Amino acid sequence: MENTAIIGTKNKKGQVITDSRVMMNDAPRTASFFTGSEVIKEAVKRANVDIMVAYPITPQSEAAALCGELFAEGYIGDYFRGESEFAVMSQCAGSAFGGARVFTTTAGPGTMRAMENFPMWAGARLPIQCIVTCRGINSPLSIQPDTIEIAYLMNTGMLVWHAETAQDFYDWILKGYMVSEEPDVHLPLALCCDGFFVTHTKDVVDLTPEDMCLPPYDPYRSPVPCMDMECPPVRMMRDPFVMKSNYISYATHASWQQEVWAAAERSRKHTIAWLDGLIDVEDGDADILIISSGTAVSQGREAIRLLADEGVRVGLVKIKTLRPWPEEELREATKHASHIIVPEFNVIGWMAKEIKATIPNSERVVAGPRVCGGMTLPPEVIVEEVKKAIGMRSGVLAGRG
Amino acid sequence: MSLDYVKFTPGFDTFMPKEYRDMVEHGPFGKKTTVSQMGSFKEILEEHPMCAGCAMTLFIRLAIVAFPNPEDTITVGTAGCGRLAISQAAIPFVYGNYGDQNGVASGLSRGLRIRFGDKPKDVVVMAGDGGTADIGFQQVLHSWFRKERFTTIMLDNEVYGNTGGQESGMTTRGAVLKMAPLGKKFEKMDMVAMAKIAGCAYIATVVPNNPRRVESCIKKAVLIAREVGPTYIQAYTSCNIEYAIPTDQVMADAKTVEDDRYKFAEYVSEDAKAYLAERYGYKEFVQKPVAAIATT
Repeated sequence: MENTAIIGTKNKKGQVITDSRVMMNDAPRTASFFTGSEVIKEAVKRANVDIMVAYPITPQSEAAALCGELFAEGYIGDYFRGESEFAVMSQCAGSAFGGARVFTTTAGPGTMRAMENFPMWAGARLPIQCIVTCRGINSPLSIQPDTIEIAYLMNTGMLVWHAETAQDFYDWILKGYMVSEEPDVHLPLALCCDGFFVTHTKDVVDLTPEDMCLPPYDPYRSPVPCMDMECPPVRMMRDPFVMKSNYISYATHASWQQEVWAAAERSRKHTIAWLDGLIDVEDGDADILIISSGTAVSQGREAIRLLADEGVRVGLVKIKTLRPWPEEELREATKHASHIIVPEFNVIGWMAKEIKATIPNSERVVAGPRVCGGMTLPPEVIVEEVKKAIGMRSGVLAGRG
Repeated sequence: MSLDYVKFTPGFDTFMPKEYRDMVEHGPFGKKTTVSQMGSFKEILEEHPMCAGCAMTLFIRLAIVAFPNPEDTITVGTAGCGRLAISQAAIPFVYGNYGDQNGVASGLSRGLRIRFGDKPKDVVVMAGDGGTADIGFQQVLHSWFRKERFTTIMLDNEVYGNTGGQESGMTTRGAVLKMAPLGKKFEKMDMVAMAKIAGCAYIATVVPNNPRRVESCIKKAVLIAREVGPTYIQAYTSCNIEYAIPTDQVMADAKTVEDDRYKFAEYVSEDAKAYLAERYGYKEFVQKPVAAIATT
């Protein structure tokens, strides 16, 4: 839903403010060859962002710096470097409290350092978009790809989406604002990707026209007033209810937390429309399914091709949104599956745990293969896991050629 | 137009609570009120859950009365006693996370400037000594180094009062408090010196027992922060509970501390002086014309 009066007018940079559905669904696309970091810049360029706050941490530093170039060119209203991720996310919060459309990026230890802010953002209903280029978080230090930080983000109340490709990334940054800013949602979005695999590799991405941009954020569509002293009520506190220790204060706090999670649930209908569903299913009738998100899906797709060469039919389910979690969709997609393989880039297997908690007969779920700490996930490893699950000796399969 | 929202929607005035009607009819919005008139108008902060005899509460009341444009002012704070009062005021209060008030205020100030351009929207941080000098230290200093244009007020009771009396960086050396069982081992942090090094355009130390001085400092700090740069006020606001100051001696204690470590001091940068003189007619900062050199 957009303010139609401004459609067709120009923003400060001279881009034409375009109906978001027209821009994303109907406008001509130009194929371009970019890294994931460059794609972030290209999306933000068209997102009518008011403020971006940046801080260096691998592997998001390049994207954060490229957004600085956008500011220098006049595409972003304000841009500065904060002093730590915790500070950056607080600065983002302040900007959003003031009614600005806000963008930021972080990764791994930065996500963890900033963590106090994420439930606060959700509770304060700030529709900030934070790109998370996942990497290792624990000791010994690793800058390599690892998706463990997503497990923490999933319990903050934020929307959490997991992009597989640079094309996902481009489209979802723009669509993400449209979902996040809906009055019945109005929640922050953690848009995750697998660091390096997406940020530092080049891919063909179809871009919308450079001279089109999303409609600006309208803070007066927020379900809670922004802090600009322009709209009632006169007294508006965004403060926890700690001054009173009584049942009413507890109940108020509890109902608000429930409302935050209900808002994430309400985002389903918007997200389904924008992303064409919360999951993608390929060959869903197969007895064996590979289910995952991010680049584990790409590796799964390769494994399926290798298995097909050997006469083993395997289907694929790509999970696009982790919050909201596609519960019904997964139950439906796995209805006939006898074996469900869940490849992941983290040590704990949070995705497999979520799936096991969702579907009946969870013994069908194989929680692996899992790699972590920056290890790659060769399709052959997934192939091995599938063969093991269905009781086929891989040596025999290899012999069959 | 901000003031519109403090007016009644036609037909609803008789249904509004008395507190609200008093605020609209007798409050300070859109008027020039001063601390000398306290008692004759409805204050933005009246009811609060603070302890009896709390000097911090008096200071917060004075500070809010002194805001030059309360109808366009947003306060930001963090955990601590002060927050319990400020959040009861009739102007917005933003609580982010522990100790991130200057980060939130940086973003808020910038966001409002993008949206409202030159129209003044005053952002005022009020946080305690722990929030400002300990947990918030990094964000406070960096907001000053970045020259963020908002006012930071430290409510310095020299202790973590709200959590029950723990030592803070602003506690004086030797004080025995919780978490300092053998007495504090290092000196009270010199945040005023740090504010100066970091480039604050206005710095003042005050105690609450001189209301007009508090008013004058707050007004200058808020006005300067609109355009010139960051401003810092450090106020001694004793904790009569943790320091066992009898309620009827709270003001006497403030006077003693004022004479000891809280002497009134004010720093105004040259840019700030010129700005106050030119924009707001502060006579004390009008540059005296240099006498013409007689040439014959």
